Amino acid sequence: MELFTYILMGFLLVCAIAVSFSKKLLNSILIFMSYSLIMSIIWILLESPDLAITEAAVGAGVTSILFFITLKKIHAMRGDEESE
Amino acid sequence: MRKVSKIRPEYVNKKGFEFSRWLDGETDPYLDKIEIRPKKEKKRPSYDDAEERKRLKEKLYDPSQNKELKIFFHLYRIMCVIFCLVLIGVLWATVSYLPPTGDADRPDNNEVSARYIEQGLQETGAVNIVTGMILDYRAFDTFGESNVLFIATITVFILLRVDKKEKDKESDLTIKEEEENDRIYEPKNDAILQKAATLLVPVILLFGIYVVLNGHLSPGGGFSGGAIMGAGLILYLNAFGFKKTERFFSWKTYKWICFLALSFYAIAKSYSFYTGANHMESGIPLGEPGAILSSGLILPLNICVGLVVACTMYAFYVMFRKGGF
Repeated sequence: MELFTYILMGFLLVCAIAVSFSKKLLNSILIFMSYSLIMSIIWILLESPDLAITEAAVGAGVTSILFFITLKKIHAMRGDEESE
Repeated sequence: MRKVSKIRPEYVNKKGFEFSRWLDGETDPYLDKIEIRPKKEKKRPSYDDAEERKRLKEKLYDPSQNKELKIFFHLYRIMCVIFCLVLIGVLWATVSYLPPTGDADRPDNNEVSARYIEQGLQETGAVNIVTGMILDYRAFDTFGESNVLFIATITVFILLRVDKKEKDKESDLTIKEEEENDRIYEPKNDAILQKAATLLVPVILLFGIYVVLNGHLSPGGGFSGGAIMGAGLILYLNAFGFKKTERFFSWKTYKWICFLALSFYAIAKSYSFYTGANHMESGIPLGEPGAILSSGLILPLNICVGLVVACTMYAFYVMFRKGGF
């Protein structure tokens, strides 16, 4: 179980760094979603299921949906060749 | 520009205009508005020539031609890295000063948490100690949080609202065009999405209601359950479009649900505030742990918070998508 936690922590770090280094905004949001999901698993391992439920619903669900709409509104959803 | 020209005649008649002209030395108010010198035209350098403009732009924004810009970019990058490193260092240093987890001498290991753990079940009747804490011992914090959510919705509404009357004046075409665009980008009649939604939405909503109602018994509570219900509503809206959801959820519904929930919360908690921590008689006994109808006021408060959160999530989505209900 200890090892599993460390693996998850590693994923968390990788996700956090990858968000800022990915070139496409859409990819950033998807990585951000996976960050929230990993975080919710870690909350369960830390024995706080309340936070895990909230993190999964708000962090991975609603926040990313709001990001998606914003991207759509500013026409950044499509590839780079169309955004210009 | 159109608006300025519309406002201008009104502005000319006002005192402020005369004052500004007098300040500029164009008229003298005591000499019956004699023009002292002609109204000066503000001279702006004209760059009508497209090529000239382009050349200037390139000169200004091209780092290879503008030396100052080049230096600025270099400095900017260096400062960014330095700032990040300093921030990381400060945060790490702060964390290293924190007492280790599980240490008996931690400052938060005091009589407050001991009392919560030992007497929480007896005093609040909530099996889930977290809910007992946030909706009984620390109910004012939760009240503030729900109000913050409501204020956030209002702020988003102010920022993103699309005024329908003004839009109608401009032309009806734009609305139709935008709706068509919406259709292009988001297929509302997607078969896969609709089938999945018909299967998932009831389950998600039921799970959300379960989490809210069992907040005092099992993990969860108003906030998480409300977020789940809001997500279910958003999925439904995405699959079936605005026409279906507007039948049961409009701006008015949102207003009334939030108003009633927040005011009930405020009344219930200010009652216990002004009567010296006496709880309002809710008809629900503290009861035996494990029963749904137990733990007094926590259940109705949970429902209030859940409703506010669900409405807020849904309202955020609608506002971002359409700019108003």
